[in-house]
Amino acid sequence: MGPTAGTIGLIVATFLASAVEVVEAFTIVLAMGMTRSWRAAIIGAGSAFVVLAAVTALVGVALTTWVSESFLQLAIGTLLLIFGLQWLRKAILRSSGLKALHDEEATYREEQEAARRSGREVRLGLDWFAFVVSFKGVFLEGLEVVFIVITFGLAAGREEPNSMAYAAAGAALAAALVLLVGAIVHRPLSRVPENTLKYAVGLLLSSFGTYWSIEGLGVFTATGESLSWPGHSWAIVAILVGWALLSRLAVATLRGAPAGHTAAMAHTTGGTLP
Amino acid sequence: MRYLTAFLRFWYDFIVGDAWEIAAGVVIALAAGTILAQTEVVPREAVPLLVAGVIVLVVGTSLFMEARKRVRA
Repeated sequence: MGPTAGTIGLIVATFLASAVEVVEAFTIVLAMGMTRSWRAAIIGAGSAFVVLAAVTALVGVALTTWVSESFLQLAIGTLLLIFGLQWLRKAILRSSGLKALHDEEATYREEQEAARRSGREVRLGLDWFAFVVSFKGVFLEGLEVVFIVITFGLAAGREEPNSMAYAAAGAALAAALVLLVGAIVHRPLSRVPENTLKYAVGLLLSSFGTYWSIEGLGVFTATGESLSWPGHSWAIVAILVGWALLSRLAVATLRGAPAGHTAAMAHTTGGTLP
Repeated sequence: MRYLTAFLRFWYDFIVGDAWEIAAGVVIALAAGTILAQTEVVPREAVPLLVAGVIVLVVGTSLFMEARKRVRA
């Protein structure tokens, strides 16, 4: 039996989300390494990664152990939907020129400038500023990946028993790929179409969140059975197409905003617009 | 207490962000869907489509409000 639409979507969503977040974390670590101390930056990033891995394992086990499976789908699906719509909304605003595009080069310059201005404090033999900034950067960016891996992994668990493993694998593969490219080019990965990837991730999170949260409403009915979408798991494809078309309609409509305001809000460097 | 507030604030910003109306709208739409599913006012098969439609309206309204705010600024 081949992979379901849910499994494919799960791997693609976690892969793309992880790629976007690892690029952003890499920029921060690169800035700290190039400006302050590679040792402190790498140890800070590595420490954050260990903490994130522990958090993922603990939260995943805790939720599957203490929360009923039927309620889990509704709760996790709702969180995923709200989180996903936040991404999609920002992507629509960026595409329509009402929000600045994410610019990795600009972020790198800002981080470098902050690193140059900061004092030299050493703790535990490490450049403390570089350690803390790298740790925080990797932790905060990685937390979004952890959130997506856990929510996707748990919500898809009803249809695919190995969903958490697939989600973690998708995220880990993207992280490895981005880090490999980053290590080779040794500069901010500004050619990665981050804004386009964020748009795609927003669509995927919103679509799966819509599907799972509504399906999970069945927990409150007399039978406790999940609500059923027409076409069952293939409804995810229809929902994804629906959100994609509606978001393009929203972008086209919002681009009709007064040209002066649109131009003032848009940055045209970095990433590509869908 | 300060740490608890900061912890809760962090997670609110993380999940809800600056679009509280989307989070509120989603919760209301799902609550309405729960009532529809329990009372069987509409066929069970129609509930997912109706709730999805309300969520689309919520997102559209949020974008419209944001666009108006930015144009006026």
